[in-house]
Amino acid sequence: MKRLHLERLANPQLLALAAVLLINWALFPNFFRITWQDGRLFGSAIDVLNRGAPVAILAIGMTGVIATKGVDLSVGAIMAVCGAVAATMVVAGYPTPVAVIAALAVGLACGLWNGFLVAVLDIQPIIATLVLMVAGRGIAQLITEGYIVTFNDPALIFIGTGSVLGFPMAAVIALVLMILVTLVVKRTAIGLFIQAIGVNRAAASLAGIHSRMLLMLVYATSGFCAAIAGIIVAADIRGADANNSGLWLELDAILAVVIGGTSLLGGKFSIPLAVVGAIIIQAMNTGILVSGFRPEFNLIVKAGMIILILMLQSPLLGHAAGFFKRDNKRVVSK
Amino acid sequence: MTIISKLAIAASLATALTSVAVAQDNLNGLVVGFSQIGSESGWRAAETSVTKQQAEERGIDLKFADAQQKQENQIKAIRGFIAQGVDAILVAPVVATGWEDVLTEAKEAEIPVMLLDRGVDAPEDLYLTSVASDQVLEGRVAGEWLVKEVGDADCKIVELQGTVGSTPAINRKQGFEEAIAGHANLTIARSQTGDFTRAKGKEVMEGFIKAENGGADICAVYAHNDDMAVGAIQAIKDAGLKPGTDIKVVSIDGVPDIFAAMVAGEANATVELTPNMAGPAFDALSAFLADGTAPEKFIITESKLYTPADNPQGEYDTRKGLGY
Repeated sequence: MKRLHLERLANPQLLALAAVLLINWALFPNFFRITWQDGRLFGSAIDVLNRGAPVAILAIGMTGVIATKGVDLSVGAIMAVCGAVAATMVVAGYPTPVAVIAALAVGLACGLWNGFLVAVLDIQPIIATLVLMVAGRGIAQLITEGYIVTFNDPALIFIGTGSVLGFPMAAVIALVLMILVTLVVKRTAIGLFIQAIGVNRAAASLAGIHSRMLLMLVYATSGFCAAIAGIIVAADIRGADANNSGLWLELDAILAVVIGGTSLLGGKFSIPLAVVGAIIIQAMNTGILVSGFRPEFNLIVKAGMIILILMLQSPLLGHAAGFFKRDNKRVVSK
Repeated sequence: MTIISKLAIAASLATALTSVAVAQDNLNGLVVGFSQIGSESGWRAAETSVTKQQAEERGIDLKFADAQQKQENQIKAIRGFIAQGVDAILVAPVVATGWEDVLTEAKEAEIPVMLLDRGVDAPEDLYLTSVASDQVLEGRVAGEWLVKEVGDADCKIVELQGTVGSTPAINRKQGFEEAIAGHANLTIARSQTGDFTRAKGKEVMEGFIKAENGGADICAVYAHNDDMAVGAIQAIKDAGLKPGTDIKVVSIDGVPDIFAAMVAGEANATVELTPNMAGPAFDALSAFLADGTAPEKFIITESKLYTPADNPQGEYDTRKGLGY
């Protein structure tokens, strides 16, 4: 039992996170300094949680999709659409809850559309979700009529910039969502079904799993998560920016899931580790900002770190690590 | 209102209108084709509506074609204009290369072409003139304002750059650096890219504030566009500081939201990138048609500085209607 616990702590994701945080701390000694400012925690480490939340939320939905051997490229565009819906509705005078629920419903509908294309029409996920990735941004621009729709609704702004017990609202939402979704997939058979579809959809169907229903469910969840992220991002800048909201975040979300150890070939998956993946990515971003590197180096530094992290997870290196572990066990058992 | 005052207003309006009309009545009734890139930004939308306004004021019949960011659509539109036999063509080119053939066709049809906002890599005799802003000058105007504003006091500046490698980011950075060179009390402490967006501007500014002693060491932020400045203003507020007072905010573009921030006392200066590129182009066309005066090949629009002293509320109201 104790050994299992230790092994869990030594997993490559947490090691990578610790390494990134350590590098940040070395480059910027005040990285972990947290102060209390206007009723909230204030510091670079808090920024990592706050800024990492949208990608973490996308990654929660994306994990389920990737576990079924799929991929959802449309989440960035869905963010733009849902942010635009929420912003234009509060500007038009609708009460905040109505606007938020409408935006969530639109995200859910977008997810169901993706699910329909994948599960019912049997279109390959990368193509099926590409449709909305391209069209979604156009829809968002149509809703905002090309403007950045700015708003001053305090309740909506709170979703993006408020705080709960000093922690940023966005991070709290991500945490709650992570716990809820993890409980649902781990405490019911849904997680196992998703895994079964990812390993072999035909076999899963023959074994009696409603693979169509489950595929609809995972894509709908992904769309719903994208809607939450879209509302947060719009609320954060007090405006819906149809051109830039969520731009390329689908790739960050996929990367977060992969860093989290979920294979693009489907099967075994972990939602909490995908969230850790998102935090690793954001810790790198924030680290680059406070370190004072020139912006020309941003992408190189990020790419180098990611290559390193993925190498740590490669099966070959895992084999080598396993070799040492076995050795350790022998020592312990003696 | 008395009859007399009504008449007086009518008379003054009439003189105002005729002054434009007298100068350029040779444009009245002309048909001009306008191939616009698309509507990817608020500024672009404003350029479209100002161009339409300018055409209307001069009695020009403007044929508008939206290229949706594609050069082939622009080339198609220009060929369409040539086939219709328009009197002149305005193009806001989406890319710099690949225009020679279609511009030669226009030249052979003796239709003058005027480029708006961006230049092209083609022989200069293929177009009448090119109207654009000087991005280095924009950066310089912003820098000169800050030099004057801080005087002899020490000032640590943080810079929010545009997208890495993009022309406006390079030029606006260069102009600003030129302006503060030789003033040892002004230094750029940190410089990072905010990709020209609000969200990234806010995130980068948050990082800068943490890195510079909770923002206490920062004297001013220079943003390559207003949107990043708007994001930075929110980050400054979140850190418990006063934008405009504790940290001065200077940026470029002149979009409505930066004027709203000025009204609230949260922004200090912006350098306008005028959406009126068509006005100078029409003026050049008018002179050319009247007596064949060849206009300057590269017309540079004014880079005007706006501060809270320049009626920001009024600027906000007039701009809001333009489609920014």
